[in-house]
Amino acid sequence: MIQELTTTRHNELIDPTLQIWGWQIPIYLFIGGLVAGIMIISGYLVLKGQYKKNVFSCFYLPQISLILLSAGMLALFLDLEHKLSVWRLYTTFKITSPMSWGAWILVIIYPVLFLNTLIRIPERFQNVIPLFDRLSAFINKHPVLIKNIGILNMFVGTLLGMYTGVLLSSLGARPLWNSAMLWMLFLVSGLSSAAAFVHLITDDAYERELLAKADNAFLTLELFAFGGFISGLLTSTRVHIQAIRLLLDGSYAAYFWVFVIGLGVVVPLSIQLLAVNHKIKHSPVAPMLVIAGGLILRFVIVFAGQESHWTSGWIR
Amino acid sequence: MARFGMVIDTAKCVGCMDCVVACKTENSVPEGLNRDWIEYEVQGKYPSLHMEIRSERCNHCSNPPCVYCCPTGASHVHDLGGVVLVEHNVCIGCKACIASCPYDARFIHPDGYADKCTFCIHRVEKGLDPACVSVCPTHCMSFGDLEDPNSDVTRLLESRNHHALIPEAGTKPCIFYLV
Ligand code: SF4
Ligand code: SF4
Repeated sequence: MIQELTTTRHNELIDPTLQIWGWQIPIYLFIGGLVAGIMIISGYLVLKGQYKKNVFSCFYLPQISLILLSAGMLALFLDLEHKLSVWRLYTTFKITSPMSWGAWILVIIYPVLFLNTLIRIPERFQNVIPLFDRLSAFINKHPVLIKNIGILNMFVGTLLGMYTGVLLSSLGARPLWNSAMLWMLFLVSGLSSAAAFVHLITDDAYERELLAKADNAFLTLELFAFGGFISGLLTSTRVHIQAIRLLLDGSYAAYFWVFVIGLGVVVPLSIQLLAVNHKIKHSPVAPMLVIAGGLILRFVIVFAGQESHWTSGWIR
Repeated sequence: MARFGMVIDTAKCVGCMDCVVACKTENSVPEGLNRDWIEYEVQGKYPSLHMEIRSERCNHCSNPPCVYCCPTGASHVHDLGGVVLVEHNVCIGCKACIASCPYDARFIHPDGYADKCTFCIHRVEKGLDPACVSVCPTHCMSFGDLEDPNSDVTRLLESRNHHALIPEAGTKPCIFYLV
């Protein structure tokens, strides 16, 4: 039995397989996830009262997030084919379009991050813009405001992390992305990359230990999310099974198993489990592997997803 | 409300590609890009093989994911016949609509907007058939209102066996192939 399809169509970026999104969208999704994770962690540390300390890595987390987020938005902008019309995103809100939600979520994130920067302005930036110092003093006089800024950061960060997955899973034409687990996977992956990032930059022993432990929990959760993602697609229709096999034993299997699961989750989890149990010292190796694994995950999911498709053949 | 659609008789289509050439000419489709194309499908086990030749294009779906996912509203459903169109100067070229179309019917025009078949709405508004339908030498294509019980397309669908493309994707395509 054969089924052979031949087409005369040869549209650029579509044939032989879809390649509409290059490096920009995986980078955008990775940075989006990382910033989401940083916002959640920084919000949590604010709630824990860490901002009262003198050495507080999270002094710089909102500032770093602002820079990272802008880099992510630049990547998204670079992907647009009609860049001069980008403002059109903000002339409407389309409830059915996750891309539209994303555009508006990004607008909410900037002020929320900005409020977070005001909780404790780093010394070298103090007395530069008097208005900011006055606002910071006002916030610090009202601890309830600080608490609410922490909660707001965690809430908006969660929305952002979920959105990076929903953006893809709402595109039903690409079977690999048709998974309700994708938002969960991207959210926990964003959290683990963020925990790894803070672990790398912090000078505070308490924070390093806390984040290494948290990262272990996130990496374990990520393995469960992968399990749900894979089994959900494997038990679905023919096209979904074909799609997930791109990762399991198809053209993306080597990247997936070696870089995403092996070096990105299992190896750093093992190293960090030894470190938190004081068998070995903390080193930058594990967090760097986690961050690289999170980045490669976005590339694999975006590229393999574009390769997955419904067959247009009509089977009689 | 009218719902425009096409009915294409695969028993008559010979794959001559006149429809492809007519579309490219009528709509000045840039070199190397296609709004419509021919697909050959061969099925079976030798020697009992079955071949179907289809002229394919955007299915102007009644449940169009490309319209739902568009963040700017550039992709929209036209009042006339539910035709799915793109407002070129509103499109930012984010390509979400291309990713959302199970038929890969869209592409990026060199001027930076998403482009695809329009059912030649500029001709239909004048009471003409789309260019592809009007040039087909075997008269295998019919265009009309699927909601009108007296239209050619409705009658053909009532009298002949037919199928649509990838109905399981849930997009409710409005192009049907007679078998
Ligand atoms: S065929 Fe594709 S582009 Fe056309 S209406 Fe359906 S989903 Fe949209
Ligand atoms: S490419 Fe244009 S028409 Fe398509 S979803 Fe983006 S803005 Fe809408």
